[in-house]
Amino acid sequence: MEALKHFIDSVSSPVTIFTLATVLFVLFVSFPRISTSKPVSLLLLALFLAFFGLGLTDEHFRGIVTTPDNVPIVGLIVVFGYFTWYAMRKAVINDMRMEKGEPTVEQTETNEKVLVFPYLIFIEFVVALAYGAGLVLWSIFLKAPLEEPANPMVSPNPSKAPWYFLGLQEMLVYFDPWIAGVLLPTFIIIGLCAIPYIDRDTSGSGFYSFKNRRWVITTYLFGFWILWILLIVMGTFLRGPNWNFFGPFEVWDVHKVVPLLNVNLSELIWIKWLGIGLPKMWFVRELPGILIVLGFLFITPVILAKTVLKSAFKKLDPIRFGILVLLALMMLSLPIKMYLRWGFNLKYIVAIPEFFFNI
Amino acid sequence: MADPAPKPKFDLGKYITETQLYKSMFRHGYTTSDRDRALSVMTNVFFHLHPVKVRKSGARFGFTWCAGGLSFFVFLTLVVSGILLMFYYRPTVEHAYNDILALREHVPFGIMRELHRWGAHAMIITVWLHMFRVFMTGSYKPPREFNWVIGVLLLVLTMLLSFTGYLLPWDQLAMWAITVGSNMARATPFLGHEGPGAALLAIGDIQLVTSGSDVRFALLGGRFVGAGALLRFYILHCVAIPTILVVLMSVHFWRIRKDGGISGPL
Repeated sequence: MEALKHFIDSVSSPVTIFTLATVLFVLFVSFPRISTSKPVSLLLLALFLAFFGLGLTDEHFRGIVTTPDNVPIVGLIVVFGYFTWYAMRKAVINDMRMEKGEPTVEQTETNEKVLVFPYLIFIEFVVALAYGAGLVLWSIFLKAPLEEPANPMVSPNPSKAPWYFLGLQEMLVYFDPWIAGVLLPTFIIIGLCAIPYIDRDTSGSGFYSFKNRRWVITTYLFGFWILWILLIVMGTFLRGPNWNFFGPFEVWDVHKVVPLLNVNLSELIWIKWLGIGLPKMWFVRELPGILIVLGFLFITPVILAKTVLKSAFKKLDPIRFGILVLLALMMLSLPIKMYLRWGFNLKYIVAIPEFFFNI
Repeated sequence: MADPAPKPKFDLGKYITETQLYKSMFRHGYTTSDRDRALSVMTNVFFHLHPVKVRKSGARFGFTWCAGGLSFFVFLTLVVSGILLMFYYRPTVEHAYNDILALREHVPFGIMRELHRWGAHAMIITVWLHMFRVFMTGSYKPPREFNWVIGVLLLVLTMLLSFTGYLLPWDQLAMWAITVGSNMARATPFLGHEGPGAALLAIGDIQLVTSGSDVRFALLGGRFVGAGALLRFYILHCVAIPTILVVLMSVHFWRIRKDGGISGPL
């Protein structure tokens, strides 16, 4: 048991966890029929319960998971794990019906109407009652946390934002605050608002389906599960003092030493590859990085429009296509920067500390 | 001797529904006829959020997961528990922590603070869940696209509501979580004093955006999380954000009806 825990700790790192989660996610959406089938879903459930059960026997793991403010995250994983499976299951059933030329489950009932009182009000009443009972039990058995009085002189290590913002705090490892804390959240909000103005095909409206909406749903689920929930879990459960990474069973050691090896792209280019030292003028120094970022944001869409996304470009007008690709690239910039950090210890692509402008 | 006519059995339900008091409150009978059932929705201001009839596919728990309605219910429970907490809580550096402590120490079987705190966490989960369901059923598509946008705003407000409430216990957890969160505002482009472009906003040598005039200062009412921040977060949490939330919720609910009710396949 100890050997297993030690093994899990030793292979745990942001890169392994992120990569493993992404691979599992890709498998899940690539083969929805298999991944929502009974044996596979039961296997996934059993794996989760086994890991969680094993974890609870560990003092350190139990301590983190049962911290009052962390309990909602465990609930969140259970609730969303179940409902993701449930929605995909319903989508797969509808997909199979449509393949056979049958109407979807919702279509068979859509023209029938029922009286709201009592049918719908009854459901709402039961759900409200169940929630109320659950909340009272939750409140009786788990006390709300109250620590020492606020003291501006003593900062806890680590200091963490409320859990629903921890995805953003985790992004701070890879981006400066103006991107992780301001720019990307703004893009998340704008991106969410833009969804119905880009995906306007009403044929997939009002029922669960996957096959015809594969790319839309996959993008949304990737953003939600990998770039939001996974980062919250990592930021809450696996980041200890000084925001260092710790395995799930590893004790949070304040004195853990992590070497700082990160270098900027400009240092790589001018010092390591060209060997002539950093130029004095900041715009000459950062020109390669600026060109890369501009190319990423403005040339990639053109290339995509002519190659992989040709059909999407035809379907959408240029403005919609441009917005879609820009939003998608902003979303992808996070994993790209993560892998650049993990692979090449890259700190900033563009580093202009003179203006607090680091990318 | 003839038997006396059997006494009519006393029917309490009938007795109540025929009193003037009952009839003044409910304008319809209480039978299982469609007419009475329709009237009980139409003549009731609370039920009237619903139409009289809905698509059968939309009235199923398996379709909606009740996540949107539940979010609203959770909000109502938070309003009730929040008002009760306001009776005991004073948003000053001097009293805030001790008032919370007193709530815990002196109120027998007191779970009001727990109901409020866990309810707040639950509301974030139910709102995310509602959004997830709407996405998975493609219900954001035309003609419901604007209501989806309202929903996104409600989501942001829900998280801000929870965030502003996080500071109020005024303990180490609260203060440093808000410090970490609000430090991000310092880096807002142009508007934060450590944000890119802020240095450009200057008249001659005089910086316009400094730590005493940037967006973080406006949020906290000071250069750090102190008395000013506590008061501002209290007012945002109890008055400002709930007001905006209620207005947007009204639009959200109204638009569901106007956009064709709960979504169903074409």
